[in-house]
Amino acid sequence: MVKKRVDGRELNELRPIKITSSVIERADGSAYLEWGQNKIIAAVYGPKEMLPKHLADSQKGKINFIYRMAPFSVPERKNPKPGRRDIEISKVVGEALSHAVLVDEFPGMVIDVYVQILDSNAGTRVAALTASAVALADAGIPMKDLVTAVAVGKANGNIIADLNKDEEDAEDAVDMAFAMLPSSEEIVLLQADGIMSEDEFDKALKMAKEKCQEVRKLQVEALKSKFKALKE
Amino acid sequence: MIDYSYDIEMVKGKIEKGIRSNNRKEDEYREVKIETGILKNAAGSAKVTLGKTMVYAGTKMEIGEPYPDTPEEGGITIGVELSPIAAPEFYAGPPNEISIELSRVVDRGIREAKTLDFNKLLLVPKEKAWFVFVDIYVLNHDGNLFDACQIAAMAALKTTKVPQIDGEYNQIKGEYAGNLVLEKIPVMNTYSKISNKIILDPDLNEDYATEARLSIAIDDNLNICALQKGEKGFFTQEELKEIVKISKKKYKEMRKIFEKL
Repeated sequence: MVKKRVDGRELNELRPIKITSSVIERADGSAYLEWGQNKIIAAVYGPKEMLPKHLADSQKGKINFIYRMAPFSVPERKNPKPGRRDIEISKVVGEALSHAVLVDEFPGMVIDVYVQILDSNAGTRVAALTASAVALADAGIPMKDLVTAVAVGKANGNIIADLNKDEEDAEDAVDMAFAMLPSSEEIVLLQADGIMSEDEFDKALKMAKEKCQEVRKLQVEALKSKFKALKE
Repeated sequence: MIDYSYDIEMVKGKIEKGIRSNNRKEDEYREVKIETGILKNAAGSAKVTLGKTMVYAGTKMEIGEPYPDTPEEGGITIGVELSPIAAPEFYAGPPNEISIELSRVVDRGIREAKTLDFNKLLLVPKEKAWFVFVDIYVLNHDGNLFDACQIAAMAALKTTKVPQIDGEYNQIKGEYAGNLVLEKIPVMNTYSKISNKIILDPDLNEDYATEARLSIAIDDNLNICALQKGEKGFFTQEELKEIVKISKKKYKEMRKIFEKL
């Protein structure tokens, strides 16, 4: 018997993903992403001079990644001021993006990457990272590769891809945020909570890598479609 | 701010040749020393040194109202304070992203392992339950604050006494009803990737030379209960698998240090 999930998906099936690039006119690059119920805008400004100057790195450029959830993006109104979760996500996702961007090419400069979560249902950090990579490429920032992210994990005894909120709340839930550079398979984001065996971890990693390749195609498509639109 | 670049290059060069300071093996911890029950006002306390890294942890237990979505549970709050005492690069001020990540990773390892049974902390459904506050102060930074803070938190929790209460649920000063029961003893291992080598328990110079960091918490059943990758480098799938294997082997050795408490 094929085990279906609460929302009818197969174990390794992602929710529908839609990515559009160049959605913010004033930004140097941007992307709008829908991933299931998640709705996210990412915008890139820069490279520009790092201010205040003492924060600049004379050898390398910096990525300043800011993740924020709107008060109306969650079931209970969220305080608009950034919480500890927002700050932690901003740090690790920014670090993940930094590995892909050729930071040596703009010493002393900063690239601001802003992400606003407008609606959410689990997996916003990986959706934010996926959208940000598209926005960075859209801004023409030199990168060695895109960065592609998915969440995988466990719920009700199964290893599954792209958990929704109900699955995240399962008694045995494991939620694992994962990102890699899709060409080299270098893993740049890994965060997990919940109990899993070594074997389950190996399975989850394998599934995450496969699913990233799927998401990557959508990122590339979003970037290409901008030029198709120009041609027409 | 101290310029670590000279030391970073030196550390990288040495690690490439398989040499660590103090001639440590790649999967070898520095000496761990734990003293518990040292702070009278705390319900539980511990001073932990990991090499020269020194942290203090103290617990307090307070009675509060359960959260509406978990009316029959108490809770735990774990926080890390990077005191300006600990290093010239630390400053007084509100928590920054470094201390927030550190706090949340230590919290997650302990929470996800179900170290405490929150139901056992309940006094009156919907009204009264015990909440355990673990505050960790980093007082000397010589690298690997993640594991030092996790050990300190666990040592303080393991030696926490539950205050005696009267009929009105007020704590009776100086009297205790018993020890806080820990269901699990999770162990956290933090690894650094430097010059494509993976080392356990980075010291300060190794911390600053770290290209990618991974913290992994393992529970009594040798399951993984939390993972956190940090810094701008990457890991390969094979490296992650190797880290899981090493951590499962390390569990017994590190767990021993809690058994004596």
